[in-house]
Amino acid sequence: MFRSTLKVLQQSSLRVKFFGSIHNPLGSVVRAVLPDPSSVYMLRRWSLVRTPGLAVNMATSSSHSAVRRVAIFGGTHGNELSGVLLVKHWLKHGEEIARRSMEVRPFITNPKAVEKCVRYIDTDLNRVFDNQSLSGDQKGKVPYEIEQARKINSLFGPKGSKNGYDVILDLHNTTAHMGATLILENSRDDFTIQMCKYIQTSMAPESCAVLLIEHPGVKYATTRSIAKHPIGIEVGPQPQGVVRADILRTMKNVVNYALDFMQYFNEGTEFPPCSLEVYRVLEKIDYPRNESGDLGAIIHPSLQDQDWKPLNPGDPMFITMDGEVTCYEGENTVYPTFVNEAAYYEKNQAFAKTEKVTLMAQALRL
Amino acid sequence: MTRREESNRYDGEILSGSERTSEKVYYFGMQEGIRLKEMLNSACQCSLVSRVVIFGGTHGNEMSGVALAKHWLKEPSELQRKTFVAEPCLANPLAVEKCVRYVDSDLNRCFSEEILRSPESESDPYEFIRARELYQKYGSGSCLYDFIFDLHNTTSHMGATLLRCSADDIMSLHLANYLQSSSGSQSMPCYNYLIDIPKKDNVYLQNIGKHSLCLELGPQPQGVTRADVLSRMRELVNCGLDFIDLFNQGKEFPSFETDIYRVLSRVDYPRDSDGEISAIVHSGLQDKDYVPLKPGHPIFTTMNGEDLLYDGETVVYPTFINEAAYYEKKVAFISTEKVHLKVPALKLETGAEHNGTLQ
Repeated sequence: MFRSTLKVLQQSSLRVKFFGSIHNPLGSVVRAVLPDPSSVYMLRRWSLVRTPGLAVNMATSSSHSAVRRVAIFGGTHGNELSGVLLVKHWLKHGEEIARRSMEVRPFITNPKAVEKCVRYIDTDLNRVFDNQSLSGDQKGKVPYEIEQARKINSLFGPKGSKNGYDVILDLHNTTAHMGATLILENSRDDFTIQMCKYIQTSMAPESCAVLLIEHPGVKYATTRSIAKHPIGIEVGPQPQGVVRADILRTMKNVVNYALDFMQYFNEGTEFPPCSLEVYRVLEKIDYPRNESGDLGAIIHPSLQDQDWKPLNPGDPMFITMDGEVTCYEGENTVYPTFVNEAAYYEKNQAFAKTEKVTLMAQALRL
Repeated sequence: MTRREESNRYDGEILSGSERTSEKVYYFGMQEGIRLKEMLNSACQCSLVSRVVIFGGTHGNEMSGVALAKHWLKEPSELQRKTFVAEPCLANPLAVEKCVRYVDSDLNRCFSEEILRSPESESDPYEFIRARELYQKYGSGSCLYDFIFDLHNTTSHMGATLLRCSADDIMSLHLANYLQSSSGSQSMPCYNYLIDIPKKDNVYLQNIGKHSLCLELGPQPQGVTRADVLSRMRELVNCGLDFIDLFNQGKEFPSFETDIYRVLSRVDYPRDSDGEISAIVHSGLQDKDYVPLKPGHPIFTTMNGEDLLYDGETVVYPTFINEAAYYEKKVAFISTEKVHLKVPALKLETGAEHNGTLQ
C-alpha cells in the first residue's frame, strides 16, 4: 500500500519537476523521492532528473518564516545519558547553545526516569504523543509518561497547531553501531531536509546517516512530533547508563550544527536545492522465538555492529545456541539499522530493515 | 552451624592441604619470600571437586550468563564431564525477568555474614531472601559446593576477566591459569583479577563456595546479548569444567608464575555541590582497561572541556572504566596494581582419586 503510494509520488514528482511546474498533487512543496541510485534501473531514473539540470533549477525556492523557538530535549529516555548530561549542562550554561535570532530552550522531558536512570517509569514517553493520549480523556490512573506528555505538549505544542515550537531536537542514544544519526519523520519537510544536509556536510568526514521513519506501520508518536520540524538525534554505540566522551562530543557537534543552520537561515542565507540520501524504514524484524515466546536465537556475529551496511539475500541474521543460522531471505538488498538495540528486545525488534532513498529539497530561504 | 563456624571450618579444610598457617597468607612480592619458598616446594593438595554450580543472572541484565544458564537448564548435557555434572542456576530470576540488575538490592553484595545470618523478616529486600536461599542450597553445611562459577558482563573493555575474591584459593588460580593458557582470543584475552579481601568482608556470591571464580566479560551493554561475548563465555566455562575433570582424574598441575591485577582503590567521578557528576571519563582513558595509567595522564573531562589529570605517584592499572552499574556505587574506575605471583603446584589429595563413575 505504502509502496504504491511512494511510486505514484515518485512519478508525479518527477513529471512535475521535469516539466517545470511548481504544482505538486501531493503537497505544497515540490520534491522528488528517488529510490537507491545504485540499482541500474533506478540509476536511469535518477539521471533523468539530474542531467537536464532543469528539474532542480526550475523549481522555485520554498520560503519559510524565521525560526523563533527551538527546544532541545534530553532524557526522553532516562538512561540515554549523552542527552541527559548535555541538557543538564545547558540548563546551567545556556551560552553554549544561545543564538541571537531565536530562543533555544533545553528541557529534560522525563525527569523521573532520568533520576532512576531507566528508560521510562510506566510507559515509553517516545511513543505516547498521539492525539488520544494527549487529549486527556483516558479514565483511571494516568501513567506518569502520559501525564508528562500532556505537560510537554502544553509547553511546546500543542501538536499540529501553529503555536507549537518551530523545531525540536530530541537527543537519544543507542547501543547499536549507528554513529551519528538524524531521524527524519517527514519526507516532504524541505526545511528539515535542508537542515539534515547541512549537518551531514558539516560533520564530514564523520558519517551522519539520516533515517526516515515515515512509514504507516513503523512510525510512532514521538515526543518531538509536537514541533513543526521535529528531528531526532540518535548517537551510538553507547550502553544504557553510560556516558562516553566521544559520543557526547559527536552529539554536541550535531546540535551545534543544527543551531548554526537555523541561525544562518534566520540571517537570510539561502540554501540551494539539495538531494539527501536517506535510509527509509521498511520493516521491523523480530528475533526468532521459541514456543514460550523466549528468544530462540541472537544476532549473528556477522550482522552485529553492521548498521547501514548492505544485508544481501542469503546473508546470516541470527544464530541459535546450537549454532543454527537463519539467513535473510528477502529479494533485495536492505540496510539494517538499530541492530541489537537493548531497548528493543521488549519491542520485539532485533533490527529494522531500511532501503536507500534519495530525497530532494527545494532551495530554502527566509 | 553458624556462619562463623562454617567459615572457620572452610578455612581449616583448605589449610590442611597446604603448609600454611591460619594467619593471612601472602603470595605476593618478595617480602614473604621465605614462606613462598617453603610453599613452592610442595604441591597444594585439594579434595575432589564433585559439586559444581554455574550461576548466571546474578545481575539480571548481564545477558551472556542469563542466556547460557537458561540454555543449560533446558539442555544440561554440555555440562557433563566424566567425574561430575555441573549444575546451572539462575541466581536472580526476578531481576532476569525484568531485565534489571536487581529488584531491591544488588544480590552480589548480599552474601555478608550479617545478611545470611539475620532472621528473615517480611520487610527484607527480595535479594536478601534470595541470598539466603542460595546459601542454604549451595553454601552451607553438607551442601557446600566445591566450585562456583559466577557469570557476569561489564560495559568496560575488560576482555575476559577472571575475578577472584580470595587470595588463598589456589584451585581457582590454577583453573584461571588453565583458561589463560588453553583458550586464546585476541579480542577478549584473559586477565587475572583479585579483590583481596578477608573472608569476613566478602559480600559476593562467590563467597559461598569452597572454590570460586567469577567470569566478567566485556564490553557488552546491559540488556544486550552479543554472540561474540556469549561464545567466549561458553568456551571459558567449558574449558573450566575440563580443568576440574582433569584434576579429579588425578592430573597434577605444576607450579607456575603469573601476573595478577590486585585491587588498590576505587575512584569516584568528580561531583558538584549537589552530588551530580561534573566530569566524565576522558576519551584517553575510555576503553583502556588494564593499560598502565601514568601520573599526569588525563582521566576525566569536565563538561566545559577541561581535563583532569591523574595525580597519583605510581603507575596503576585502571579497570571497570565507565561501568554502567557503578555510577550509583560512585565508582568511575577501579585502580589495580600488577603483582607477579608464584603459585605452587596443585594435585588431588592422596587417596582421593576419583573412581571414574558419576556419583
